[in-house]
Amino acid sequence: MDWVFLSELAINGALTGLLYSLFAIGLVLIYKASSVPNLAQGGLTMVGAYVVLALARDVGLPLWLAIPLAAVVMFGLGFGIERVALRRLAGRPVVMILMLTLGLDIFLRGTTLAIWGGTSRSMELGVSYDPLFLGDIFISRIHLVGAGVALALFVAFMLFFRTRTGIKLRAIADDYMASWSVGISVERGVGLSWALASVVAVAAGVIWGEIQGVDQALSLLLLKGLTVAVLGGLDSILGAVIAGIILGVVENVGADFLDPLVGGGSRELIVAAVLILTVMIRPHGLFGRHDIERV
Amino acid sequence: MFYRLSGVHHANYVSDSRIFKVPADRNLAAFIFLIGIVAPFIIPSLYLNSYMLPWLIWTAAALGLNLVTGWAGQLHLGYAAVMAVGAYSAIHAARFGVPWEFALIIGGLASSVIGSLFAFAALRVKGLYLALTTLAMQFVMDWVLTHSPAISGGSHASLQSPTLALLGQDITSDTGYYYVAFGWCVLVTIFMLNLKRTGLGRALVAVREKDFAAAILGVNSFYYKILAFATSSFIAGVSGALLVATFFFLAAPEQFSVNVSIQVLAMVIVGGLGSIIGSYFGVALILLVPGLVNGLVATLSEWMGVQIDVETLAHIPNAVYGALIVIILLIEPLGLGKLYGNIRDYLMVWPFDQFKK
Repeated sequence: MDWVFLSELAINGALTGLLYSLFAIGLVLIYKASSVPNLAQGGLTMVGAYVVLALARDVGLPLWLAIPLAAVVMFGLGFGIERVALRRLAGRPVVMILMLTLGLDIFLRGTTLAIWGGTSRSMELGVSYDPLFLGDIFISRIHLVGAGVALALFVAFMLFFRTRTGIKLRAIADDYMASWSVGISVERGVGLSWALASVVAVAAGVIWGEIQGVDQALSLLLLKGLTVAVLGGLDSILGAVIAGIILGVVENVGADFLDPLVGGGSRELIVAAVLILTVMIRPHGLFGRHDIERV
Repeated sequence: MFYRLSGVHHANYVSDSRIFKVPADRNLAAFIFLIGIVAPFIIPSLYLNSYMLPWLIWTAAALGLNLVTGWAGQLHLGYAAVMAVGAYSAIHAARFGVPWEFALIIGGLASSVIGSLFAFAALRVKGLYLALTTLAMQFVMDWVLTHSPAISGGSHASLQSPTLALLGQDITSDTGYYYVAFGWCVLVTIFMLNLKRTGLGRALVAVREKDFAAAILGVNSFYYKILAFATSSFIAGVSGALLVATFFFLAAPEQFSVNVSIQVLAMVIVGGLGSIIGSYFGVALILLVPGLVNGLVATLSEWMGVQIDVETLAHIPNAVYGALIVIILLIEPLGLGKLYGNIRDYLMVWPFDQFKK
């Protein structure tokens, strides 16, 4: 076995994995605050990327201004979605909430494509496509940047959860009723978690849009993001980061072994297998809370 | 007014266990059945084939999913994969020379076997985690379909369905296809109507409401969960096979992709969990309304002289479809079946309930 090649696969896998974490952090934020599995995160990511492009191309703003502005827009959108849709279904069975987020996902995707069209666009962040050499190992620059963004967001959220607002969110995640009784506005907290998840979606949309182009395929990240979130434990941000690295490495190295055997395209299969095995063996994931009900 | 009843009052068990507890409901069902029979003679064949036929087959499929999600309370996001198993096995069997009657049953049984695999996930987790597992299984099935030419039919990944023939009669006309779909839908509907009157149906409801409470009552929840998955998968398999045999004529993996699974679940939930009439409404809404809205937008824009981009027009149905799911869930989380039920309950004792207020 060629160790250089293997470590190259592993390092690039880990970087890609951190990009999955970037996506999964959004899922985790919402699940933590309201126990809602947000299957619309793929749609939100796509909207985020398109809003950045709309501000940069159609309005003509420079990219460094367009991205924060898009984050503000998405912050409002996330807040609005929670206010209009999710709040009215609070306390309903999970099947209806799942369906609602799926419906939102379809709606967001359809509306985005209806407004801006389905042809793939490029983000043009200005990151060079030349690979970076670390000894003999190839590393893609944009993946490195994305991984940096993911880690920065992780640190930012860790710090945020120490602020007064962050502590309120943690209290809500811990116990709805108790937070209510001490005067925390649970509604506003849950809304805030949606808004933050939408901001994370902008980051994910920009990075993934740079890597694979801004089009409908952005919403297909959902399965990988879900797998990362579940593997890390649905309510742990640290879990999402670590599970992202694990999934990225397993996927990249595993695909290299499996692809010649099955004739290519085994990535999807590995991701699905990881998801199934996680749920079967350890439904609460690596760092999740242990209150998942088994049958 | 229509119902001519002052409420439903049962004097004996026979009347309590009737399928239609209100005579007006039975008359309505008989009327709709008659309309279904004469439909080919009153509806133009274009509408018959492109609206009525898929509506009936998808309703049968949605009723199957309703059995497992609405009655037994198990989330299922891999239903299209199960339909695919049925469709592919039936068509391979038919191409091999097996008569279609048996090919359909083979498809159903093959689906049952694969569908029961999904049940093993249900034995271990429930709720969200079950939904995620079945979603992952759907991806695995998709992958297997697209990556094994032996199943999906060679390099073009499409499989021609042989001519449908039932009871020694080749079926090639639009009317024939319609009657096959109608017959299957009626069969599934009658099965589902009777389900709530049987011990099986009551056991499933008990498992849905609380599985350990059901266990205390002596209902083996493992057994009934597997049974629910196997039965619904059988319905899924035959529906999938009929869909290909009478509507698509060509089986391709995209016809049974993840989006289709989500679509069937949307039909069931928008229609109302555990509601049979609701499934009919839900399928009609999800399947037909986006196309109608698109036609409306196209006509309106032409009429008002506004030029709408072709690409925009192509994506409007999707946006409408998503919006419909969200709106219905926000208006009435229990679905269209519940809305229908509300109207029916209101009319049942109308105008006498006005005095109560």
